[in-house]
Amino acid sequence: MNRQTNSNRKFIIIGIFLFIALIITLKLFYIQVIDKSYKLDASNNVIRHIRQYPARGLVFDRNEKLLICNKPSYDLMVIPNQISNLDTNEFCSLLNISKEQFIEKIEKSKNYSFYKPSVFENQISNKTFGYIQEKLFKFSGFFIQPRTLRDYPIAIAPHLLGYVGEVTNNDIKQDKYYKSGDYIGKSGIENIYEKELRGKKGVKIILVDVHNREKGSFNNARYDTLAEAGRNLYLTIDAELQEYGEKLMLNKKGSIVAIQPKTGEILAMISSPSYDPNLLIGKERSKNYNNLLHDSIKPLINRANTGLYPPGSAFKPVNALIGLQEKVISPNTKFSCQGPESTPIKCTHYHISPLNLRQAIEVSCNSYFWNVFKNIINNPGYNSVRDAYCAWREYVLSFGFNSKFNGDLFSIRSGNVPSADYYDRIYGKGHWNALTIRSLAIGQGEILVTPVQLANLATIIANKGYYYSPHLVWAIDNIYNKYNIDKLKHITKIDSVNFEPVIQGMYDVFEKSEGTAKWYKVKDLSICGKTGTVQNPHGKDHSIFIAFAPKDNPQIAISVIVENSGFGSTWAAPITTLMIEKYLNKTVKRKNVEQRIIDGNLISEN
Amino acid sequence: MRRKENIFKNIDWYLVITYFLLVIFGWISIYAAGYKPNVSSIFDISQNYGKQLIWIVASTVLILIILMIDPKFFSALSYTFYAICILLLIGVLMFGSEIGGAKSWFKIGGFAMQPSEFTKIFTNLAIAKYLSSININNKKKYPKLKIAFIIGLPILLIFLQNDTGSALVYLAFIIVLFRDGFFKNTIIIGTVLIILFIVTLLLGKILILQILAGLLLLMTFLLLKKYKKYKKTFFKILGIFAICSVYILSVDYIFENVLQYHQRTRIEILLGKKTDPHGAGYNVNQSKIAIGSGGFTGKGFLKGTQTKYNFIPAQSTDFIFCTVGEDFGFIGALTIIVLFLFLIIRIIILAERQRSKFSRLYGYGVASILFFHFSINVGMTIGLFPVIGIPLPFFSYGGSSLWSFTILLFIFIKQCSKKNELI
Ligand SMILES: [Zn+2]
Repeated sequence: MNRQTNSNRKFIIIGIFLFIALIITLKLFYIQVIDKSYKLDASNNVIRHIRQYPARGLVFDRNEKLLICNKPSYDLMVIPNQISNLDTNEFCSLLNISKEQFIEKIEKSKNYSFYKPSVFENQISNKTFGYIQEKLFKFSGFFIQPRTLRDYPIAIAPHLLGYVGEVTNNDIKQDKYYKSGDYIGKSGIENIYEKELRGKKGVKIILVDVHNREKGSFNNARYDTLAEAGRNLYLTIDAELQEYGEKLMLNKKGSIVAIQPKTGEILAMISSPSYDPNLLIGKERSKNYNNLLHDSIKPLINRANTGLYPPGSAFKPVNALIGLQEKVISPNTKFSCQGPESTPIKCTHYHISPLNLRQAIEVSCNSYFWNVFKNIINNPGYNSVRDAYCAWREYVLSFGFNSKFNGDLFSIRSGNVPSADYYDRIYGKGHWNALTIRSLAIGQGEILVTPVQLANLATIIANKGYYYSPHLVWAIDNIYNKYNIDKLKHITKIDSVNFEPVIQGMYDVFEKSEGTAKWYKVKDLSICGKTGTVQNPHGKDHSIFIAFAPKDNPQIAISVIVENSGFGSTWAAPITTLMIEKYLNKTVKRKNVEQRIIDGNLISEN
Repeated sequence: MRRKENIFKNIDWYLVITYFLLVIFGWISIYAAGYKPNVSSIFDISQNYGKQLIWIVASTVLILIILMIDPKFFSALSYTFYAICILLLIGVLMFGSEIGGAKSWFKIGGFAMQPSEFTKIFTNLAIAKYLSSININNKKKYPKLKIAFIIGLPILLIFLQNDTGSALVYLAFIIVLFRDGFFKNTIIIGTVLIILFIVTLLLGKILILQILAGLLLLMTFLLLKKYKKYKKTFFKILGIFAICSVYILSVDYIFENVLQYHQRTRIEILLGKKTDPHGAGYNVNQSKIAIGSGGFTGKGFLKGTQTKYNFIPAQSTDFIFCTVGEDFGFIGALTIIVLFLFLIIRIIILAERQRSKFSRLYGYGVASILFFHFSINVGMTIGLFPVIGIPLPFFSYGGSSLWSFTILLFIFIKQCSKKNELI
């Protein structure tokens, strides 16, 4: 290669280098010397970044009634290296803290950072805020950081609304959006919809002079970012029904779940004992939280989502439906019953015998459903008992049992429908049969369900075969931005025609002379329901009721569980009918029943 | 060896002194960036400045070792070192750890090592070795293809590590090739490609393709009458149009599909298509505030507020220049620029004096890499270049970076020291 010509290229290269270096130098000269907008006053002005916390999204009920809003709150922040000439005594008396507390707090802040602001005292009272605002110029290094706290205009539904608390180190690690001191939804819809509710933080950069006075925004706010408010949520909850349900459940343990069957929207979800959501905001939050956490009646637990119970007799319609679908019984199939002398499962009382399916549901006959279950498991159409059981289990699973649903429910439990493998392990392969697992015939034994799943069962019967996963939000931002529920739809493995006799039987529970809930019939309302009593080895039985109404155009499906209350008909049934009456008629006429329920105290009895 | 040699014989003290000035100034800046009033000892190895002190001492040991080695050693083993580096790069892809989004680190005990930092030294050696082996008597087949392979392989591997910044540094070798006589027409083509690249991103592929198609139609119309005469020219133009279209489409495709969101955003902010003071622009804004607030003389050592608030990310590594700008002002920043320019131009002058083509090309490689790092790094802190995370040589905190630049430079210093004996 021609060395001579190439050697000239060194000038080009050095030229390019010098040219680029010159551009860099000029740009530096511009931003450092000419452009005054970056300058800070020589008298030690400092820049202060103040986080602009967005207003968290509001939460409304299905009728646009406000459930959660925000109220202003003020944190006193400190930047340790900006503190100078502090009159500690005056400062302490202003904040009403001791000198020791002051030292402890300031050391904590210094340990965090000398230069970054940290919270000195959070959520100072309005009164203190007023004082401090006036005298802040005396305390350089301190400033007020406005933010918002949650507020609950109607104190209902704490379990499903959830609460908001300070982020943990783990939260910060998982999502870079969060900085120490930020708030995050900890449970309930505050947690599930955190991304929607939180909005977007902004930053305001201000100049502060030596006297701790704000000198306005830095560089004409060119580098400020505005906070964006969070999005609003519209819940499926009917606040009035929810409030009414909570009133009925006062001093009882248990839960109510009401669902709009056509859509899977949860109308009410009550877990009792409950608490006032206002306890979990503000300065007393952690103290109150600890009290609630250690309370023996466990008010923090959301029984509706996480309570596990055997479904008891409320499960009988499921066995009836599977029997009909598998054609091992017909609506007219009759079995006889010897009352408490029946084997292998005793019936609770004497009644007409033999009886058909509709009557069996009406009187909740154990013998009848033992025979149904036996026919399902011993179905000659299957190669083995095991195969028949697996088929039965598939049917049960299609009802949403043993599932957490794909809706938006928080920390839900799936319950349990035992698998064939489970029985193989317990009894040995081929060593179990219908008789071994007979308690499943009447919803007892290993099977465990949640109140939501029971309400969903009522939904499926009301819809004659399908359901939408129960969910809590129906619109985001505004009422027109509807939640798409198509992906929530599930169809059971039961043909709709098979639901007719079961629905008739559940209707008779209220209408016929031997119906288990005839005392709670509501005038002019056609309710279909089913009682259940769950044996509780630890104390008095739990009472269960599932129902839907009106019979021909169901608007509400519901499950009620009252722990340690005895028969399903004494507590769960009247609560169910009161809820239905309240929702469909808006007012309750049976004041005496209502009063008896509200006054009933099942917690202190135990 | 006939006698015990003085290892400092004939070494260029200008380079050595400039090197140490930069390293010391760098350490002072790291100290300022990490300074906390309640931690006092400069030897505190829990702090970056404490650790950097260890790296500096280790670098001095490295320097002594390099100066003791016969310079022929490096030229003889160029390819071997290069091959080892490539293997390490492949290894890090499979067994490496991820730090800051890039899977380019080997973690050994508490320390992390980045092979890509060292690869550029040995790529530089390999390039110098290969090009110096070409001469009139020894014509090689496909030299351009082979050189493209030597440079391209590490770029590809480092790109796969998701470390775009370090991969881009290899573009600096274009200067070495240019010095060696490559790119006669290529400069023109390159300029066209760069302009097309920027215009494509600014205007979008559809508009730019329409403009090209319009030009083509116009050309066709003009040439139609004398079709026979210009037949060849016409097909040439058609060919160029086809190549340009493919290029535009692939630029667009790469931008939309290959580049990651944050890289795309940075380019868009650089081109002025997007402003986002809280996103990618945030770092640059914060760093401009810090540097700008330093003024002409700076706020004074340890007096800067911006660089200590932790407003600036990576303030002792990629954004170390902010501390210089804030604490020492324009005077300090200018000092750094002058030091770097002096170092780089001195290297070029020395390289030109070399009789051995190997040493000359290696020297150009050193100058190019240093300049590339310096200009991109400083440029990004003042918003001239996009934010691609590459360190400021000798300055930024980090053992891998300091050592690799030290080795890079001192191999050259050693090569120069033997200039008389080689003749
Ligand atoms: Zn019976």
